[in-house]
Amino acid sequence: MKISEQWLREWVNPALSLDEINHKLTMAGCEVEGVEAVASDFSDVIVGQIVEIAKHPDADKLNVCKVDNGSGEILQIVCGAPNARAGLKAPLALIGAELPMSDGKPLKIKKGKLRGIESCGMLCSAAELGMSEKSDGLLELPEDAPLGTAVHDYLKLADKAVELNVTANRGDWLSIAGVAREVGVLTSTGLTPPSIPEHSTQHTETLNISLPAADSCPRYAGRIIRNINPNAQTPLWMKERLRRLGSRSLSPVVDVTNYVLLELGQPMHAFDLDKLQGGIQARYATEGEQLILLDDQTVTLSADTLVIADDEKAVALAGIKGGMATAVSHATQNIFLESAHFRAEKLRGQARRYGLQTDASYRFERGVAADLPRLALERATQLIVEICGGSVGPVVDVCVDEHLLDRPSVQLRRERIARILGVTIADESVVGILQRLGCEVSAKAEGWTVKPPHSRFDITIEEDLIEELARVYGYDNIPAALKPLQPQLTVKLETATSLTGLRAPLLANGYQEAVTYSFVDPVIEGLLAPGHESIVLANPISAELSHLRSTVWSGLLRALEYNLNRQQTRVRLFELGPVFSKAESGIQQQDKIAGIITGSLFPEQWGQANRPVDFYDIKGDVEAILAQASAQKFYFVPVAHPALHPGQSAEIATDKEVVGWVGALHPALEAKLGLGQDVFLFELDLKALQGRRLPVYQTVSKFPMIRRDLALVMDCSVLAIALDQAIASVAEPSLIHWEIFDVYTGKGVAEHQKSVAISLILQEPSRTLEDTEITRIVGEVVASLQDKTGATLR
Amino acid sequence: MQSLLELMGTAHEQISSASNLASLDQIRVQYLGKAGLITEQLKQLGQLPVEERKAAGQEINLAKQSLANAIDLRRESLQAEALTMRLKAESVDVTLPGRRMDTGSLHPVTLTIQRMQDIFAQLGFALAEGPQVEDDFHNFTALNVPANHPARAMQDTFYLENFGTEEPLLLRTHTSSVQIRYMEAHQPPIRIIAPGRVYRCDSDMTHSPMFHQVEGLMMDKDITFADLKGILDEFFRAFFEDDAIKMRFRASFFPFTEPSAETDITCVHCHGAGCRVCKNTGWLEVMGCGMVHPNVLKHVGIDSEQYTGFAFGMGVERLAMLRYQMNDLRVLFENDVRFLRQFH
Repeated sequence: MKISEQWLREWVNPALSLDEINHKLTMAGCEVEGVEAVASDFSDVIVGQIVEIAKHPDADKLNVCKVDNGSGEILQIVCGAPNARAGLKAPLALIGAELPMSDGKPLKIKKGKLRGIESCGMLCSAAELGMSEKSDGLLELPEDAPLGTAVHDYLKLADKAVELNVTANRGDWLSIAGVAREVGVLTSTGLTPPSIPEHSTQHTETLNISLPAADSCPRYAGRIIRNINPNAQTPLWMKERLRRLGSRSLSPVVDVTNYVLLELGQPMHAFDLDKLQGGIQARYATEGEQLILLDDQTVTLSADTLVIADDEKAVALAGIKGGMATAVSHATQNIFLESAHFRAEKLRGQARRYGLQTDASYRFERGVAADLPRLALERATQLIVEICGGSVGPVVDVCVDEHLLDRPSVQLRRERIARILGVTIADESVVGILQRLGCEVSAKAEGWTVKPPHSRFDITIEEDLIEELARVYGYDNIPAALKPLQPQLTVKLETATSLTGLRAPLLANGYQEAVTYSFVDPVIEGLLAPGHESIVLANPISAELSHLRSTVWSGLLRALEYNLNRQQTRVRLFELGPVFSKAESGIQQQDKIAGIITGSLFPEQWGQANRPVDFYDIKGDVEAILAQASAQKFYFVPVAHPALHPGQSAEIATDKEVVGWVGALHPALEAKLGLGQDVFLFELDLKALQGRRLPVYQTVSKFPMIRRDLALVMDCSVLAIALDQAIASVAEPSLIHWEIFDVYTGKGVAEHQKSVAISLILQEPSRTLEDTEITRIVGEVVASLQDKTGATLR
Repeated sequence: MQSLLELMGTAHEQISSASNLASLDQIRVQYLGKAGLITEQLKQLGQLPVEERKAAGQEINLAKQSLANAIDLRRESLQAEALTMRLKAESVDVTLPGRRMDTGSLHPVTLTIQRMQDIFAQLGFALAEGPQVEDDFHNFTALNVPANHPARAMQDTFYLENFGTEEPLLLRTHTSSVQIRYMEAHQPPIRIIAPGRVYRCDSDMTHSPMFHQVEGLMMDKDITFADLKGILDEFFRAFFEDDAIKMRFRASFFPFTEPSAETDITCVHCHGAGCRVCKNTGWLEVMGCGMVHPNVLKHVGIDSEQYTGFAFGMGVERLAMLRYQMNDLRVLFENDVRFLRQFH
């Protein structure tokens, strides 16, 4: 919503600068988004009149004009404007004038010759005065414009256009009158609206108005004006006001309805009376009924859309846009003016259904006061008669709902004000503020009964009134007063796994945390999770961001790609975020912690032999994360995954469920994505990573620890976990620890065989182990290994 | 006795010219060993007349003592020399970087959320969460935004393609939906914050289709608008570690709060003097808040006569950008490691 300072000050004129008014509006919730001059700053441009005009002898498109500057002097000016003609009054830039140019540098008017003919100044268009983006001729000034007057003063260009950001609840601010009311309230200044008397009537002709859809249109006022002058022009002052508020001048009658809309906030419509057949009704459309709108667009209507119809057909989309067939034209002499009330809740969504949004629908959807149609109709009549003349008929004002003009009262309790705001507002301030807002206030014991004005659809409950009090009282005047808080301990369980704890090992291992979008490219989703039932956005930003991801890998791979394309060949990223899948109950969201690594293990450095990362690097990182959930045991099971290298892929499981995956990106996928280097990934279910073991103290043995190393040969297919289980099955308490410390294949070991070295650590808590015992236990371990895995001592 | 003197002379000469511990030890053996020259002299004492033996013995013992002392001194000196040599040989360039795995970094969004959590935890706010795929009720209706209401146009919503569920599913447009879910399950007193991803169908220089909010909700028998101002005032000064930061409330409209406010803070760049960041206003709009609307409480079954409370929704990216002086929103989601590494 734009307003003009001059227009506003006609309605309310507090002794404050525009900046001060704007600040008050902004603080009260009517946010000022910008202030612009309505024209450029220019000097020495006066009202001139072309008294004589002749063709330029050497240029087809130029004329040589004799121009009266008002002081009796006649200046010769060469001009190329198509509308230059004798008698025309137009802005005349004198020698020495400075005109603003679009490039910012002023154009200085000098005496000069145009194709050999002397020109002593310049006649100007609106664009040349910074009043419009472009113009196609001279700015035509009215015949009564006083010659020689400075144009800047004559057009009152010392004005500012103020852009307001009007919130959805305040339809009443979408007019000069509405903003003026607010300024009046905020500054305790009385309003000085234009006088709008009931217009005298010159004939008695009316149209019959019926309201069969009174739930949507409970009030409709209209009147006939006959014999308007079809040649009348919109006066410059009105064009200027429309322009300053961003509205285009079309024809006098339409301009007047737009003017009233901007001034009072009541959308109106003018029909060409001679094109209407019979009476007017506001009814619902018949399903499939068609209507050609003003802009030539044909809409096919639904049965719940309200239309204005004559006896034969729909003639307007009620409250949204008029129809082509009954529109006023430059030949129109007889009009029917509509000023109606449409219920906001019924009109909402209607315009959007037909792909429309108009100044009218925008206002009706936010609510236009039910008591406004009559006043607006009189205002429009007054202006039309002033501009076009005409013979005015009586107003027909049909109001079906008797409650329409009776706003429900709201009870306001004194105690509740302090309870919500935390500040006490004196009774007289409360009453004063509410009355300035246009409410009827009557006192009672515990507070007041308040009847809000018609324009305030947003005031229906006590809190609405309290908000109004706070706004006008001033949010700044409410103290920032935090009362002492009751302690509310949010003690973390010592055994709880925290997000910080899960992130810590990754940070220590050089991972950067990434945040990638939850919606991804279906192509990459298809590669990583073939067969996954996609969850698709109905209105995505783009096809590349159209599917909810089923794995964090789709985002991380894109991030990896982004970095590889920017010479970052060593990348270690992780992300904590959601993935989505379809479940019986709708959509299941699971939060994951996922990582991706590629490139060398260490950052480049002098003292450390470097190598590319491999499976065991990322597995170690995963194990460090799993250690944060030490209450559970996790297993790495060789299982294939469509996105992973079949020989380097492990499912991570607890005793109950699969909780994640780790592995090398499948070489085929790596090639498809064009990554050009090995990539390793993991993803874990965050919910499964819960619970840390609470440490339980155990005495450390004081007796000697014995180490025995075994060198074993076995088939390559024997898994480490099988060795582990074989040793564990010996179930010997003195065997407190064992570790694989070497795995070797190659020279000296037969094909398909590997050599594995295992250290055994033996210790008793309360005595020294005997040699015979040690020999026996080691023998049992070797036997068990041989028995269960076929491993033999080298 | 001449020979002892001569012997001593030679011995001292040898000791002082011994160049290492091994040759010094050889000298020790040569003179003081079992078959050493001095030992030999002692052995020959028996051949002397009785009356001379004592004096001669004393003389030899003194000589022996003197040699032993000389050897010890020489040894110490040689040891010191050897240590010096070793230390010299073992010295390294301490300015070469240490062997290392590089340190990772948290995303600035995480850093900011953690910071907010820490501050609010001290004020007794617990963490809550809710689903990111929401239904219309929790994202809009329960928050007092009825269908077709112009307020819905304030937020461009991502909808999911229909799965045959009764209500259309959508990606939550704000964390306010968590308020609803929490209040459905808990009666006051309530003190929670709910950080998380939110989504709006908007993508340009200053809008990301996915971003983060931290929702706050406090509800009890006596919570007022003044408390809301108080708590946010504390928060901003703590968050920016700057007691000079001032906060102001501007009236605004959100369907789910009343009274509602936009919160401005003094520009963290120019401290209110006016600069490019604050568009010369001296103020930065940072978040929306207000007192929870009675209609919202009605939807979740909390008695608004008994309880009052406030809610706020902070934009995490907005605060992160101000805190770390970032001027481009989009870099937050590009995940360029050179950007991420800046947040060590």
